[in-house]
Amino acid sequence: MGEKKRIELDYSKIESDRMRLNVGPQHPSTHGVLRLEVELDGEIVTEVVPHIGYLHRCFEKHAEKMTYPQVIPYIDRMDYVTSMNNELPYVMAVEKMLGIKVPEKVEYIRVIMCELNRIASHQIAVATFGLDAGAFTPFLYFFRDREYILAIFEKASGARLLFNYFWIGGLSADVHPTFKEDVLAIVKQVRKTNKEIEDLLIYNKIFIERTANVGILPADVAINYACSGPVLRGSGVKFDLRKNEPYSIYDRFDFDIPVGMGEVGTVGDSWDRNIVRMREMEQSCRIIEQAVAQMPDEGDVQEKLPKRIKPPKGDIYMRAENPKGDLGFYIVSNGTDKPERVKARGTSFVNLSVLPEISKGYMFADLILILGSIDIVLGEVDR
Amino acid sequence: MTINEIYEQLKEDYGDSIIELVENPPLDSSIIIKSSAVFEVCHTLRDKPGFEFDYLLCLSGLDLGENLAAVYHLYSMKHAHKAVIKTIVPKDNPKVPSVEKIWRSADWHEREAYDLIGIIFENHHNLIRILCPYDWEGHPLRKDYKEPEYYHQMKVPY
Amino acid sequence: MGLLNKLNEPYEAGGIILGTFEDILNWGRARSDWYLHFGLACCAIEFMAMNASHFDFMRFGTIPRATPRQADFIMITGTVTLKMAERIKKLWEQMAEPKYCISVGSCANCGGPYWEHGYHVLKGVDRIIPVHVYVPGCPPRPEAFQDGMIKLQKMIKEEAIFRKRKKLEEDSKIELSA
Ligand code: SF4
Repeated sequence: MGEKKRIELDYSKIESDRMRLNVGPQHPSTHGVLRLEVELDGEIVTEVVPHIGYLHRCFEKHAEKMTYPQVIPYIDRMDYVTSMNNELPYVMAVEKMLGIKVPEKVEYIRVIMCELNRIASHQIAVATFGLDAGAFTPFLYFFRDREYILAIFEKASGARLLFNYFWIGGLSADVHPTFKEDVLAIVKQVRKTNKEIEDLLIYNKIFIERTANVGILPADVAINYACSGPVLRGSGVKFDLRKNEPYSIYDRFDFDIPVGMGEVGTVGDSWDRNIVRMREMEQSCRIIEQAVAQMPDEGDVQEKLPKRIKPPKGDIYMRAENPKGDLGFYIVSNGTDKPERVKARGTSFVNLSVLPEISKGYMFADLILILGSIDIVLGEVDR
Repeated sequence: MTINEIYEQLKEDYGDSIIELVENPPLDSSIIIKSSAVFEVCHTLRDKPGFEFDYLLCLSGLDLGENLAAVYHLYSMKHAHKAVIKTIVPKDNPKVPSVEKIWRSADWHEREAYDLIGIIFENHHNLIRILCPYDWEGHPLRKDYKEPEYYHQMKVPY
Repeated sequence: MGLLNKLNEPYEAGGIILGTFEDILNWGRARSDWYLHFGLACCAIEFMAMNASHFDFMRFGTIPRATPRQADFIMITGTVTLKMAERIKKLWEQMAEPKYCISVGSCANCGGPYWEHGYHVLKGVDRIIPVHVYVPGCPPRPEAFQDGMIKLQKMIKEEAIFRKRKKLEEDSKIELSA
C-alpha cells in the first residue's frame, strides 16, 4: 500500500447535471395517483411538472347523461373524503333554479353534517401530513375518532363514505332519534384528541423544524392562482365563503375564521396551512354546538317536488366552502330533466396548480411536505 | 357593482366588442363579448379601479351544438362582486385568446377546456392535454363524441 | 388452543406434528403476505381506515410495501383508468411469483358506476391482469376487505405447489413433444 493521498476538492468546481426524477403515479406519498416530474439539482428542486388525469373518471360526461337527482352519487365520488360538503353546492344550485326553499330542519341537519364531514376531512389531512413528516401516531389517533363520525353518517344515511344523503329539496332520510346526543359526544371527543395532537405533533420541535418556512405562499400569489380554503387562509387572507357570502344558514352562527399568522415561521408556510386546519376543527365544533341547540325536533325532511325535476333554461354558478376550499358547480340547464353541462370547479384541481410555483428551491423531501400541506384529493383533481 | 353597471362601463370602453347582456333572473346574467377582445376586456376587468376582478373562479368550455363557448366566472376579493363573461366561437375555428397571463389559475382550466371541449387558446404557453392521455383522440365532452373501441389494445366499452 | 397447551408437556404429547411439507409452507405463506401499497380512488380511503387501529389489517400478517418487488399480492382499490392501466400492468409484471391480486370495489371488478359512459375507465381490472379474489361494494366495508383477505389466505393454504409444478413440467413436455 502506498502513501495515502489526500484529495483536495474544490466543491464549486464540481459540475452536477440536472436530474429528472419521476414520482408516482404509484407512490405512497403522492396521496393517490398523482405523477410529478421533478427536476433536481442535487437535492434541490428546480422544477416540478405535475401530470394529472390518472383518475379521470369522466364526471362531466356522466352528469350530462343522468337526470338531476342521479348526478348526486357521482358528485360524492369526486372528493370522496368530503362527500356531504360536495353535495351541498349542487343541491343548492338545483334548488335555486327550481325556486324551492327547504324546511328549516333540513338546513340544520345539512349544516351539522357538513361540519362533521369537515372535521373528518381535516383529520385525514392532518393525519396524512403527519405521515409525510414521519409521524405515524397521529394517524392512528385521528382515524380512531373518524370512525365515530362515520358511525353517525352511517346511522343517518346508511353508508360510511359515499352518502347520497342530500337530495334536491331535502334529505334522503331523517336522522336517528339519538342524533343530537351522538353529535355532542363526538364534539367532546374531537376537542380532546385535538388537544393531544397539538402536544404530540403540532408544537413538536421536530415537526416545526420540518414544516416552518417551507413552501411559503404569499397572499397575492395565492389569489392570482385562485387558491381557496386553508391554502388561501394559511397565507393570511381572511376569506371564508361561510362568512363572506353566507349560504344556507351559516349567517346564524357565531364563529371565527382562523388565518395563518406565521407563529413559528413565515406567513403562508406549510405549518400555517396545517394549523389553520387544526383551528378550523375547533370552529366547526362551535358551529355544531350552536346548530344542535337551535335545531327543531319536529318537521319534514323532504320538500314536495314534481316527479320529474326540470329546472328552467339558463345557467347558474353556485359555490360553497368545502374543507379543501371553494367548490363550485356551473350548471347549464336546457329545460329538460338532464343537465346540458355540469362543470365542477374542483378545489384540489385549482389548489394543486400552485405547487410548481411554491416548491422551487426547496429540498426534495420538503416537496412531499408541501404537497401534503396543500391537501389534495385526486378524485377531485381529475374528476 | 352589479352586472348591469359592469356591462355599461365595458360598453363605453369597448363598444362593438361587447355584444349583449343576457339577463335571466333569478339565474346568472352574463355578458357576451367577441372572442377577439377577450384578452383586453379581461385585462381591464382585472386592473381598472372599480372592477378589480383579481380572482378567476372558473373557466368552462361549453358545446352549444354549432358553436363552442368559453365562460369566465370572475370574482373580486376587494369589492365582493361577480361577473360572468361568455364568448362564442365557431366549431370549425375555435380560437380564443388565452388569459393565462392575467390569472395564472387560468392555465390548467384552459388546458382542461382544450382537452375536453377542444377550444384552442391562443398564446397559451403549454396547451397540451391535461386529463386524458397525451395521445388521446377527440374531445370527449363534445356532444357528437364517440368513444373509441380500443385504446392501446384495451377494450373501452363495457 | 389445543396445540399450544400440548407445548407445555412436549414429551407426553410426542412433540411432533405430522404434516406435509407443502402444508407447512403454505401455512407460512398464507400468514405473512406482504402487499403492494397502492391506493387508487375512494376505496383506498376505506383501505386507510382498514389499516388504522379500528380494523387493524396487520393482524393478518400483512405489511405494506412500497415496491412491487417485495410484495406477495397487490390490492387494486378503486377505479382503474386507461391512463393508469398500463402502469398497473407494469407493476404486476414486476412482482415476483407466486403473486396474487385482490380486486376491491365495483370499479376494479367491472367498472362500477362508470361502466356505461366512462370513456376513460377500464371496465374491470381483470382485462389486463388476472384477479384471484373479488371484493364487491362501492366502497366495500372494511369487513368486506377482511373477508377478501381471508379468502385469499384460504386459497393460498389449499394451493398445491409441488403437484402444480409437476403438472407444469408435464404440460411443457407435452408441448415440446407436440
Ligand atoms: S367502487 Fe365505488 S367507492 Fe370504490 S373506487 Fe369505485 S366508485 Fe369509488
